[in-house]
Amino acid sequence: MLKPITALGQNSMRLLQRTGEISELFIQTIHWTFKSKPRFRHVIQQMVYFGYESTPIVLLTATFIGMIFVLQTGYQLSKFGATIYAGGISAIAFAREIGPVFTAWAIASRVGASIAAEIGTMQVTEQIDAMKTLATNPVKYLVVPRFLAAIIMLPILTILANLVGILGGWVVALTNLNLTTQIYFSNIQDFLEPKEFFAGLIKTPFFGMLIALIGCYQGFKTWGGAEGVGRATRNAVVSSTILIILFDYIMGAFILALWK
Amino acid sequence: MEIITFKDVYKKLGDKQVLNGMNLTIREGEIMVIIGGSGEGKSVTLKHIMGLMKPDAGEVWVNNECVSSMEEDSLYKILSNFGMLFQYAALFDSLNVRENVGFALDEHTDLSDEEKNRIVAEKLELVHLSNIEHMMPSELSGGMKKRVGLARAMARDPQILLYDEPTTGLDPINADVINNLIIELNEKLGVTSIVVTHDMQSVFKIAHRIAMLYKGKIIKVGPKSEFMDPEDPVVRQFVRGEAHGPITDEISSSVLK
Ligand SMILES: Nc1ncnc2c1ncn2[C@@H]1O[C@H](COP(=O)(O)OP(=O)(O)O)[C@@H](O)[C@H]1O
Ligand SMILES: [Mg+2]
Repeated sequence: MLKPITALGQNSMRLLQRTGEISELFIQTIHWTFKSKPRFRHVIQQMVYFGYESTPIVLLTATFIGMIFVLQTGYQLSKFGATIYAGGISAIAFAREIGPVFTAWAIASRVGASIAAEIGTMQVTEQIDAMKTLATNPVKYLVVPRFLAAIIMLPILTILANLVGILGGWVVALTNLNLTTQIYFSNIQDFLEPKEFFAGLIKTPFFGMLIALIGCYQGFKTWGGAEGVGRATRNAVVSSTILIILFDYIMGAFILALWK
Repeated sequence: MEIITFKDVYKKLGDKQVLNGMNLTIREGEIMVIIGGSGEGKSVTLKHIMGLMKPDAGEVWVNNECVSSMEEDSLYKILSNFGMLFQYAALFDSLNVRENVGFALDEHTDLSDEEKNRIVAEKLELVHLSNIEHMMPSELSGGMKKRVGLARAMARDPQILLYDEPTTGLDPINADVINNLIIELNEKLGVTSIVVTHDMQSVFKIAHRIAMLYKGKIIKVGPKSEFMDPEDPVVRQFVRGEAHGPITDEISSSVLK
């Protein structure tokens, strides 16, 4: 009888504990970001790695999502003879939500996973312990550069995604919706105010923090050999995917309330 | 003079009481070998000495300082007294040999690059390696990895060296190279050495004193000679590597339960 309730209780406790641990890692990361002399070389290294790992997947998904979006919007709008608005409406959706969220998801599955795998491997092979014995704090050495790189790279990659999404949509506008280049882009210009663009972009550094922190957290928590590394990787992707959409909703609501 | 002391140390990990009232004293300059079966808590013991793990109860003292209740900042300061060779060397995969061996120098000193490179070469020479600075860990054999790991542990001239199963997984010749290095570093530089292992051949070659860890306690500690023909049936079974005796009886009866 009581089993489901006990299970619920246990799961809530675990969730609470994990939230606590991730917050602690966050605080330590902030502490070391300011306390240690910044290592630009490490941050740049991570940024390059970030870009190298995720640019292809971001470009590919953004192009296709842009195409699909303009196609579907255009089709629905054609019922009202309003096809010319396909570009503008799609661009707003892209700038506000689709670009930031899909980019963050793509990066969570690519870079977040590889952060968890890399640090997880270091954990199970005692490299993390070795680092401590060499009197170096792993948060300072491993987390801070990834954290900073993620904060910088997410906005950059999101802008890239927005651009190629609009370009993908342009191809569809020309070939499927019989719009001209001029109509497509001038409609986007009419609709897409800078405000819309920044309302989306402002969320992305936070997505970056989430991806880096959760990847690192799962990595540090890894135990039990190669199998453990697989588990950590999976957990990192699942939990950051969920948290990204949760954060997106919360921040979206805030931004709408503060800045209509 | 004693340099490391375990005072009634208890540590539970998962649901296992790994250390269960452990007491042990290690003297300055000696080679102390801690023996015990797999999963008995040998690595956990070493991690307590370095302050990487904290006891649930009890204290660990190093150089008249209590590492088990120390804050991270002060712990990092005294860690330069230590070097540790990990079981699988734990070299940083993404760094080459030069960067591995010189890691602590790069992180904590303002020495010039030439000076650091010179120290790295010197430490590599201590473990009889040279001109491999540019190689990555994945390019090294198991024995070489351990020697590089040892060079890295030596980088800041520690006073105490900890070895976690230094010969496990090596062929007999490479194992003996490591044994000789342990003796050499102890004799040449006077470093206190704590070696954890279950390789009895290595134990009798290198040990000054031996301690046996069993069920979370040190059940016997003494000079090597006392372990040649021990009276305690548990110690005797382990030292002689016999399939039958009190250790295995216990395991099979607990499996049957
Ligand atoms: N971080 C940990 N979490 C849970 N259990 C652990 C952890 N580290 C070690 N243990 C358990 O503690 C026991 C002793 O481990 P260890 O000291 O590594 O043994 P060994 O003597 O082989 O070096 C083992 O049963 C191991 O499973
Ligand atoms: Mg061990």
